Amino acid sequence: MVKLAAILAILLVPSLSLAAEEAAASETAAPLDYQAWHAHNDVGNLSSLQRGARNFMNYCIGCHSLKYLRYSRLGTDLKIPDKEVQEYLLGPGETLGDYITTSLKPADGIAWFGKQPPDLSLIVRAREGSDYVYRFLKSFYIDPTRPTRTNNLMLANAAMPAVLSELQGVQEAVFKDAIVDGVNTKVFDHFVLATPGQMSPAEYDDFVRDTVNFLDYASEPAQVSRTFIGKWVLLFMLALTWMAWLLKKEYWKDVH
Amino acid sequence: MSEAGSQTADSPIDESRRKFLTAATSATAAVGVVFAAAPFIESWAPSERAKALGVPISVPLANLEPGQMLTYVWRLKPIYIIRRTAEMVAQLSAHDAQLKDPKSADSDQPAYAQNEQRSRRPDIMVMIGICTHLGCLPKAHFDVGDPTPSLGPTWPGGFLCPCHGSRFDLAGRVFDGSPASVNLVIPPYSFPDDNTLLVGDDGTKKGAA
Amino acid sequence: MSTPNEVTKPGFWGWLNKRLPVDSFIKGSLTEYFAPKNFNVWYFFGSLALLVLVMQLLSGIFLAMFYKPGAATAFDSVEFIMREVNYGWLIRYLHSTGASAFFLVVYLHMFRALLYGSYKAPRELLWLFGMIIYLALMAEGFMGYVLPWGNMSYWAATVIINLFSTIPVIGTGLVEWIRGDYGVADATLNRFFSLHVVAIPLILLMLVALHLIALRENGSNNPDGIEIKDKKGADGHPLDGIPFHPYYTVKDIVGVCFFLTLFFIVVFFVPTMGKLFLEPANFEPADALSTPNPIAPSWYFTPYYAILRAVPNKGVGALLLLVAVLSFFFLPWLDRSPVKSIRYRGWIFKTFLTIFTISFLALMWLGLQEVSTVYVWLARIFAVGYFAFFWLMPWYSRWDPVKPVPERVTYHG
Repeated sequence: MVKLAAILAILLVPSLSLAAEEAAASETAAPLDYQAWHAHNDVGNLSSLQRGARNFMNYCIGCHSLKYLRYSRLGTDLKIPDKEVQEYLLGPGETLGDYITTSLKPADGIAWFGKQPPDLSLIVRAREGSDYVYRFLKSFYIDPTRPTRTNNLMLANAAMPAVLSELQGVQEAVFKDAIVDGVNTKVFDHFVLATPGQMSPAEYDDFVRDTVNFLDYASEPAQVSRTFIGKWVLLFMLALTWMAWLLKKEYWKDVH
Repeated sequence: MSEAGSQTADSPIDESRRKFLTAATSATAAVGVVFAAAPFIESWAPSERAKALGVPISVPLANLEPGQMLTYVWRLKPIYIIRRTAEMVAQLSAHDAQLKDPKSADSDQPAYAQNEQRSRRPDIMVMIGICTHLGCLPKAHFDVGDPTPSLGPTWPGGFLCPCHGSRFDLAGRVFDGSPASVNLVIPPYSFPDDNTLLVGDDGTKKGAA
Repeated sequence: MSTPNEVTKPGFWGWLNKRLPVDSFIKGSLTEYFAPKNFNVWYFFGSLALLVLVMQLLSGIFLAMFYKPGAATAFDSVEFIMREVNYGWLIRYLHSTGASAFFLVVYLHMFRALLYGSYKAPRELLWLFGMIIYLALMAEGFMGYVLPWGNMSYWAATVIINLFSTIPVIGTGLVEWIRGDYGVADATLNRFFSLHVVAIPLILLMLVALHLIALRENGSNNPDGIEIKDKKGADGHPLDGIPFHPYYTVKDIVGVCFFLTLFFIVVFFVPTMGKLFLEPANFEPADALSTPNPIAPSWYFTPYYAILRAVPNKGVGALLLLVAVLSFFFLPWLDRSPVKSIRYRGWIFKTFLTIFTISFLALMWLGLQEVSTVYVWLARIFAVGYFAFFWLMPWYSRWDPVKPVPERVTYHG
């Protein structure tokens, strides 16, 4: 037994030291502060979702569709009356039963941005949660080398321009030198707000949170009713399991 | 049920407790099964897509000439919309004796269509163009005295179903001698303004999508 | 044909029993089928596997009512189910969670056999049927995963089908034949739909029936690994046996309820289980020009995936993957121990089984990670631990110092 352990230890030591080296390397690259940014959105908060829907229609629908979601469903789930959906959210010529589409033609998108802006119906699920989109919308910064004059920390060389800069203001990214995998590279350190926007950083943060909350809902509209039904199912199952247990114990009194 | 092993002398089998526990657990489980079956059964009901496609439709009436008919589709059913002339409307009260259900007592229509003309407005007739016999689409034969043999010698104008020969008047009421037994169905509808017809919405919850 | 001693039962029951062996089935499989009384928690997983099979069939049938197979329609139809079909989201989550639950239950069910030697004579055929069920289940799970036509569906199909190209001579042609096109395409998706919905479920049902018939032939093994039929009482029934009904029906119901409680927690609260059950990459439609990073199969395949990636040569890696799965088939003949249950085996067997278990779990974890030098070396080490369990068994099972096996089962009522 001891001999086996010794053999295993000798075999494992080289791999462990390799692992230690890799861990050390990533420590010299400074932890990126946006990894501490969390959306902390609450899909149960109706007013946040309603604001998010409004934000989406004001700033996003110009290029991005939500092609798996219907206006009528949005109205029902967010408790927005039909009349208000028609007045504030529908585009020209659209009806309540329509899917939420953008008027940007794919050909134009490719011509203007290099690629068609993706549909956002599932973006939050495709990025495993709302944090990515939250960080994305807060991470645009000035980059004179790009055709859009901006770049994004979450998606390097993003084709999307900084459409929210009138609200957020214009950010500059400050990089610092670091050694990553033995190579000298520039690593993100922090943002600096070069030109303020219409919103203060706190207001913009709320704006992004509401919008991301709405996209989270749009990714899985059933999620609120899912957890609601789940609580009742769980209570029922606990009761049923307890009763089945009593029944089993009663019958197994026979067995010795 | 046979039991293996033996009960010791100081703990006889409590049959009533076993029956109670079995019954209680089975009843609870049965409730669970019903609730578990519900989503599967519900999944067959019309989906969001079906309901969205079944929203009320808006029909512009400005270009509909007197004596003409339009066919629109609502909830996968053909809707016949006719602008009746004054003569057509007058003719409606002249042949009650030849109708199976002249007062529409057995037929299916909203309250506002249970009158002589079976409509809200005498000049605009709205009905579902599906024969109440076995579901074919009746064809329009509006001309008075139309010579088609199956219409009979005193044809006042209306519809003839090509499948089994049922005949309906310009208010969708079924004639005697037809295989169909009730009048054509009237859908819920309303007039948001004089020149627009909204099929599928008459202000009541049931009428709306 | 009725014998002189047979009494025809009255009424409908009598009518039925003259035409169908209902009563004899109930007696033979339930009320007079004697199972060992010392079953422990490891013995729940057979009935749970049957439960999950039924749930998958039910949820699958309903999904097939709304799903539209085809490269252009599949992804949209799944979103249609999730958003527009009444309770479609629930039916979908039952099926996706059920797939993972099936493998979890089956792995624990197989582990029981390793613990108590349930694969040993006279139950070798029972074990082989079970192993074929496992193979069919892997095929079923793989094809089911392709059906949503997400990006991971597409790339998983591409990578796994490409494995077949390692077969000498016929490999390349075989891959094109499986795909039905020059790359994974509409043709591939449609045939996978047919196999997943019709062919393999039918094969699975037949195999499960054979598995249960083989079980009934010799009766169950038990945690002490002794044959209860060797000690019968005056009534001809095994002294250590109890009728399956009512004792194990009532016990299995508890197991079912407890399992369903955990199952529903996942379905209603964590259906994606982080990245494990519904991968983020699969919420994007299939894109032939963009491989997801990282790319990995579902967790239940990753032990074998880790072994595949550990070998620098594609052909040898694929071969080792195959050998890893097929090794299980040989267990009844690799095991030379006179003793069935781990309770009476010696320290050598216990060590190898422990190493095997740790290796299997470690390989499973490694298969989910991105490729790295460290992980490849670890996978090689644990692959050795995995294969050693099987292929050194003819020797260590003979040298293993076993303990004396009791006459009667261990049961503390």
